[in-house]
Amino acid sequence: MNTPNEATQTAAPSLAVFLRQNMREYGILIALVVIMVFFQIITGGVLFRPVNLTNLVLQNSFVVIMALGMLLVIVAGHIDLSVGSIVAIIGAVAAVMMVNYKIDPWTTSLVCLILGGVIGAAQGYWIAYHHIPAFIVTLAGMLVFRGMTLWLLGGMNIGPFPAEFQKLSTGFLPDLVSLPELPLLGALHSTSIILTLAIPALLVYLSWRSRKLNESHGIEVEPFAFFVTQNAVLVAVMVFLGYQLSTYKGFPNILVIMGVLIAFYTFVTTRTTIGRRIYALGGNEKATRLSGINTDRLSFYTFINMGVLAGFAGLIVAARLNSSTPKAGNGFELDVIAACFIGGASTTGGVGKITGAVVGAFIMGVLNNGMSIMGLGIDFQQMVKGLVLLAAVVFDLYNKQKS
Amino acid sequence: MSTNVILEMRNITKTFPGVKALSDVSFSVEEGEIHALCGENGAGKSTLMKVLSGVYPYGTYDGEIYYNGQLKKFGSIKDTEEEGIIIIHQELALIPMLSIAENIFLGNEVAKGGVINWAEATRRTTELLAKVGLRENPSTLITNIGVGKQQLVEIAKALSKKVKLLILDEPTASLNESDSNALLDLLLEFKKQGLTSIIISHKLNEISRVADKITVLRDGATVETLDCHAEKISEARIIQGMVGRELSDRFPKRTSKVGETIFEVRNWTAYHPIHSDRKISNGINLNVKRGEVVGIAGLMGAGRTEFAMSVFGRSYGQKISGEVLINGKPADVSTVERAIKSGLAYVTEDRKQLGLVLINNVMHNNTLANHRGISKNFVIDEYAERKAANEYRQKLRIRTPSIYQDVVNLSGGNQQKVVLAKWLFANPDVLILDEPTRGIDVGAKYEIYTIVNDLVAAGKAVIFISSEMPELLGTCDRIYVMNEGAIVAEMPVAEASQENIMGAIMRSGEKV
Repeated sequence: MNTPNEATQTAAPSLAVFLRQNMREYGILIALVVIMVFFQIITGGVLFRPVNLTNLVLQNSFVVIMALGMLLVIVAGHIDLSVGSIVAIIGAVAAVMMVNYKIDPWTTSLVCLILGGVIGAAQGYWIAYHHIPAFIVTLAGMLVFRGMTLWLLGGMNIGPFPAEFQKLSTGFLPDLVSLPELPLLGALHSTSIILTLAIPALLVYLSWRSRKLNESHGIEVEPFAFFVTQNAVLVAVMVFLGYQLSTYKGFPNILVIMGVLIAFYTFVTTRTTIGRRIYALGGNEKATRLSGINTDRLSFYTFINMGVLAGFAGLIVAARLNSSTPKAGNGFELDVIAACFIGGASTTGGVGKITGAVVGAFIMGVLNNGMSIMGLGIDFQQMVKGLVLLAAVVFDLYNKQKS
Repeated sequence: MSTNVILEMRNITKTFPGVKALSDVSFSVEEGEIHALCGENGAGKSTLMKVLSGVYPYGTYDGEIYYNGQLKKFGSIKDTEEEGIIIIHQELALIPMLSIAENIFLGNEVAKGGVINWAEATRRTTELLAKVGLRENPSTLITNIGVGKQQLVEIAKALSKKVKLLILDEPTASLNESDSNALLDLLLEFKKQGLTSIIISHKLNEISRVADKITVLRDGATVETLDCHAEKISEARIIQGMVGRELSDRFPKRTSKVGETIFEVRNWTAYHPIHSDRKISNGINLNVKRGEVVGIAGLMGAGRTEFAMSVFGRSYGQKISGEVLINGKPADVSTVERAIKSGLAYVTEDRKQLGLVLINNVMHNNTLANHRGISKNFVIDEYAERKAANEYRQKLRIRTPSIYQDVVNLSGGNQQKVVLAKWLFANPDVLILDEPTRGIDVGAKYEIYTIVNDLVAAGKAVIFISSEMPELLGTCDRIYVMNEGAIVAEMPVAEASQENIMGAIMRSGEKV
């Protein structure tokens, strides 16, 4: 059938209409930029300094990584309150293994990731197969795993860790060739500056290819002017941030891992059947089950995944602090959940995007970082973060009612 | 008999988007009588009572309501309750985890300044329970008493509100014989004390027993009002009024080419998911041949949906036993996934709750039951998916701005087509349709019948569950009649008529 359908026959929508339709997505991104610019000015240019940008990445990596798993859990219609405690118990186990039993960091990390998955499975089992509300199960988990951490550590800090392990959080990509100091640009980290140029180029190529492919299939694409602007802005921002990092120690290891994970989960949620099914499950569980999809098993998987990612975050946090403490990860669950909701996830399930959750996590991170530089106390920081969360959800609701 | 008219509804018309539920209905009730309202499912009985009781407030319908001779403009249920018009719905509105006393005075608490006087509430509850002949402790939880007693609590609740006109929607539908009789006796007793009631029921023997007058509705219009005291009204007479409409060409023509048996259910028995001693399907035997449309007729609550869902991946019920054969070989239908793999599809009755993911778009709903068909190694081929969705959109004429539209924004008929599209894309051999035309307009109905015809022409088999008998007579080759979880009759369409079907249901009901 070659006859084009009605949708493709309509003229490409004007820029204004297109922007309005995609308000939510760009709104959150614009909010992040506005917040960053605001702190850049108010802190007298400290925010975008290379050393601070590096810190921003290091401080927020674990929240972003857990937000990836939390988004799937929330989209599936559940919640996980236990992730902060999982961070703590995994950190404690890693410490005991490496410090007390002198087990090498690689084996330790592998065991810890598996243990995270087992913890996720233990909670997911009750939620998925016995239909006990996730709120209750993970609230119990939050207490149990925190208690286990205290017991395991005996109320003390354990550390320090082997240098190899610390590199997970504090290491940087190796400098492949040492570049001479350039006029105007200064001394640059070679690997990082290559990636700074290569990644945006790859992304532009991919979006160009997908645009062409869509056109050849007669699918409506965004206005060309918009496409160019969008890519130009994206490239400019990425090159700027990448350049800033390159003038310092280069890209942190964790930034690369984070980037790969974000790309992976974006792909899973948008392009695979399992991602599609999680959205359907959150949208209407009964209809999804009656469509031949094993919804229980799907819920179970989202919790295993969450457990593994929380375990990974536990390793990062331990490596960053270079010791495991009973209080590690305290309150992380709230930051992670807030990141998802700020990023546009629905409290009732079925709605939410990986990119939204990542941007949401960075909004929280920049707020933390910027207010710390300003010297605002934890008291004000919490008030502001709370109000931002409320504002984001109110904005969402308002948008929904208007359309 | 007094001729004091307590209620008169004049020229009531009520339209829903795309459907005219009531068209110029007039209805009057005299004081102190029991007035029965009869009609097929969808004839407009419940809608009429919802107009009367303020569920649909004044202004959302055309026409006038006179109560005690005065024109009334009820804005809410509260308004009608203040006038003593109380409706007891088919699905009881009691809170299971509250006590009898708490339920009776819910929203109407015996309280002063927000503080409840439990002693007084308990005393009054005891009084009310005595009036309805229910011997239970007022503090007993609703969940701990049977359906029959719950019905009595509803009536006690109505009495507590100083009821003058009591409306009962299918009050005996879920009651057994003796509970039903007790309830009807109670109504007769109240009648002696001057209470007026309107009763909606499918059980014609019960109506003949208690009613003074019978008003018959059909297709949203009043057909006639029969006076039971002027002449002896037989059940056949009522049925004639209910179904007596001519079949015009509301159904597309089809020449059936029936092949060998493709789907067979043998001795299928299932029990209620909570009440494990209640049979919902009772030894059902049924078969469908290639190119055949087989109907399952029955009244609401006959157990058709429960049967279909228990077959389709054991989605309903427990302690399920019986055999399913597809192409003569035993088939594994123990999960929905396996049922689909065996070539079965079930289009649910409740499209919003069970059929669609409303917040997802047309395309995603279309492919939900067959991700295999659009993906490779778990990765979705978006172009293949798009192509499939556009194909079905054209084939089934789904009216939507694009396949990216969320289905929540579509009309009922188009939503139904999306559900059908989903199951057609799964390419089943046997399609079970459960009330596929409920709540959609005549045009969309015709299109759905056409789709059914195309399916069987392509050698598939269709099981068509419907409460609308003309629809079954117009589309099926063969009809099974179901009542109380069992098949009570089977007839080729040539021998079937609405009177036959109704008769089979009534006869089976009386045997019990």
